[in-house]
Amino acid sequence: MGRLGTTPSQTVGPYLTIGLPWEDGPLVVPEGTAGAVWIRGTVFDGEGAPVPDALIETWQADPEGRFDHPDDPRGRGGSGFRGFGRCPTDEHGEYRIFTLLPGILPSGHGGDQARHIDVSVFARGMLNRVVTRIYFEDQDNSGDAVLASVPAERRATLVAAKTEAGYRFDVRLQGEGETVFFAV
Amino acid sequence: MATPTGLRLPRYRQDPEDTHAPMDFAGYRSTKLRHPKQPLVLLPQMLTEVTGPLLGPGRLGEHDNDLTRQHSGEPQGQRIIVTGRLLDGGGRPIRDSLVEIWQANAGGRYRHTGDRWPSPLDPNFDGLGRALTDGDGRYEFTTIKPGAYPWKNHDNAWRPAHIHFSVFGAAFTQRLVTQMYFPDDPLFGQDPIFNSIPDEKARQRMISRFDLERTEEQWALAFQFDIVVRGREQSVFEDEEDED
Repeated sequence: MGRLGTTPSQTVGPYLTIGLPWEDGPLVVPEGTAGAVWIRGTVFDGEGAPVPDALIETWQADPEGRFDHPDDPRGRGGSGFRGFGRCPTDEHGEYRIFTLLPGILPSGHGGDQARHIDVSVFARGMLNRVVTRIYFEDQDNSGDAVLASVPAERRATLVAAKTEAGYRFDVRLQGEGETVFFAV
Repeated sequence: MATPTGLRLPRYRQDPEDTHAPMDFAGYRSTKLRHPKQPLVLLPQMLTEVTGPLLGPGRLGEHDNDLTRQHSGEPQGQRIIVTGRLLDGGGRPIRDSLVEIWQANAGGRYRHTGDRWPSPLDPNFDGLGRALTDGDGRYEFTTIKPGAYPWKNHDNAWRPAHIHFSVFGAAFTQRLVTQMYFPDDPLFGQDPIFNSIPDEKARQRMISRFDLERTEEQWALAFQFDIVVRGREQSVFEDEEDED
């Protein structure tokens, strides 16, 4: 049984907006969905300048904590919940995602995972995506093993701040307040 | 209903370290302010990581996989057919999965307001394509061979001709954006993005193969490009089942 080598990652380059965005990409759920919130944020580089040629992708469970996916060992959720959001940054480095808060998930090792969203960040100047997680400041994050595995002084970079319209989650690629990025 | 403990999840193998570029590759200047300096934190592969979006038919328009038919007229340049399979590292096809491409036109110009390279835009070419893989993981595009183009990374810098590819795989762990190159490009030697990949064999996996069998007489050249995303580990629970 031969193992095939993975195709290497390459940058999306400066013209990613030709191929990647969709008109409804930022809408994980249709506009007007009851209880849905906007998550907004800015992507910053190492000098604190906004990054206008980045793309944020999000992946999350539905509000019941289920995935409509064959590899969910609890059985495929069947809700049809897309779970996926995609938004390029604008000229101010800002993205926005409209979604429902994901449910609490079993960790598989006892205990629960707090409500979270997985995030991929792509940009010109990045040879591979970086991965982070969004947690929510008004939720109970105390029992979350992943958050607990992050150095305490950096945990706040993973927690979205509550705003009037939803949440704010900024991404700092480098430097002071650098967002925690994960190896998956 | 399964108990919340002991979930049996697939696991995805890590890629060898030299498969992907270091994020701070000095030769590609734009990495300088855009690579994390703190060490990455290991994220165990849990439910969110072993699942991923299923982006299927609703994402496709009629001519999305034929970039030469998206306008009333035909684009300029050499018509090509690009085919390949989307596979995981165990050779398993990834079926019904969205493949997205974007590229420059035959003159090396992108239809993007940021592209100031004064090669003409082609009114009949957008450079955007989408396809779904079939039951064997196969995809196919008809397009135009993109041209090389200059950029300002270093003295007399030219990007080798390439097509950007985006694939999702079956799980968040398998998400991949890459670039497909063409055989024997004289520009490989001076391109830091291509050469950012440390492992020579891995680098070669980004170069498509000329495919004489798939050429169409009097019509189009053909290139073949398989895309491989991370494979699964043999999982603990499969071992257990073997013993049962």
